[in-house]
Amino acid sequence: MHAVVDSLAMIGVSYVMGFLFYGFYRQFNARVQRRWGPTIWQNLFDNMKFFFKSETLIHGPMFFFGPMIIMAGAFTTVLFVPFLKDSDWLQGFSQYGNLILIIYLLVVGPLGNALAVGSSGNPFGVMGVTRGLTRLMGLEVPFFLGLAMVMLQHETASVHAIMAAQDSLAHWGIVTNPIAFCVILLPFIGSQHGAPFDVVGAPVEVYAGPRVEFGGRLLGVLMTQRMMMSIAKLVLLVDLFLGGATNILVLIAKAFSLFLLTTVISMVFPRLKTEQAVDFFWKVPLGLGVLGVILTVWLPSWSA
Amino acid sequence: MYHKTQCEGFQCEQAMLEVPGEAESIRQGVLERLVSWMRHRSLFVLAYGTGCGAIEMRPLMTSRFDAERFGIVGAATPRQADVLIVSGYLALKTLRRVIRSYEQMQEPKYVIALGSCTINGGMYWDSYNTIKQVDRYIPVDIFVNGCMPRPEALIEGFVALQGRIKNGEKGGYHHYREHIDWYKANQRKVLGDQIPPTYTCDWYHAGGVV
Repeated sequence: MHAVVDSLAMIGVSYVMGFLFYGFYRQFNARVQRRWGPTIWQNLFDNMKFFFKSETLIHGPMFFFGPMIIMAGAFTTVLFVPFLKDSDWLQGFSQYGNLILIIYLLVVGPLGNALAVGSSGNPFGVMGVTRGLTRLMGLEVPFFLGLAMVMLQHETASVHAIMAAQDSLAHWGIVTNPIAFCVILLPFIGSQHGAPFDVVGAPVEVYAGPRVEFGGRLLGVLMTQRMMMSIAKLVLLVDLFLGGATNILVLIAKAFSLFLLTTVISMVFPRLKTEQAVDFFWKVPLGLGVLGVILTVWLPSWSA
Repeated sequence: MYHKTQCEGFQCEQAMLEVPGEAESIRQGVLERLVSWMRHRSLFVLAYGTGCGAIEMRPLMTSRFDAERFGIVGAATPRQADVLIVSGYLALKTLRRVIRSYEQMQEPKYVIALGSCTINGGMYWDSYNTIKQVDRYIPVDIFVNGCMPRPEALIEGFVALQGRIKNGEKGGYHHYREHIDWYKANQRKVLGDQIPPTYTCDWYHAGGVV
């Protein structure tokens, strides 16, 4: 019973945080552009509207199951990331999983996306998926290298143990291992579809890319998934680098500060082309990552 | 609609014209009212720009007019759009594309016709290959007249449409469903063999509405 309530609470918390964060993003973006912008609830309205629209498209069963696979990936990722430390609540099934499992679950989304878009047969969707998978090549390598560095540093793959090791500000991952944080931060923006790396869903180039065929309810499912997945990744970074959180308010504050950082970065940089993005990922974050691995492995006294 | 019973004069005439007519509204429960309230706050726009209308539509998204404060944003494809803006005259060729785009949109969907050309042909009243009244071919919810109307007028039209959505009035798409044969006959009259294939609209018949 506790597990069921806890899981539902985690899904609810990540959904609410998701639409509020993205609502804030849109308003903040508008203020930077000297507009008033929509209300902070705008993403909730958009999402609910899509859930109550009709869906008349038929592209075979895979077109329907693709979003469900993506959604299942988002739910399981949320449930395997511990939201709080030293607490019985908002844990989900995180004691049965570890960082390596979470890395696997992060790939479920792009897989389902490719399956659904492939069965729709829309050329713009296929273009979007091609761009997405090319970009994935660029961003996954530094992202996983950064996570590997965190695992090496703490000599464990358990998110709980990594959180427990960061008991004070001086032991936060961002202080003890700033290189890993920098290595992860840029691919993290890419995996959130943030602005310098948002070539996949470019609205006027490839007509929303992978989402081109989705309208109505399935688009609502995809929107929900994106918001929840973003929150899961934000919370994961909070767990790994900002020492986790002991209660929900601290969690929101830390996740929000991280979100603000990525938002500000993506607000001031224009969109990169696909090959520029891959080049960038393989030069800057990956170079930094290799340097970090050398420092972590061969000079353990430095990083510890 | 207009009777000189309550008052007289130009302003009175305008006021009476702005009173909403006896539009047929759907009986709404609590959930439907909540949904239509959210729906009126979130309109994704498919802007079909023909000629000068497109110039007046673009500033809507800029800092000066900022339609996003009403929840109005551009949609990438017809599938994701709620509102189709037909911004100006339609030639026979573009009419086919507009019909196709309209039928691809998911319900509920609305149409705003922008400019005099969509109402009576405007300055193209005697052109040989433009259509004169858009609402004979697709159902129009709101007309915004002018040649060209300013972005403020378009925002006014959007707010009026939002009011109708919020009150749960029947949209034009209901009318299109119920009178699909009339619309298709009109389309066939001007397009002839070039009419969009039936698979773009045959699902209107699937629910047994017609």
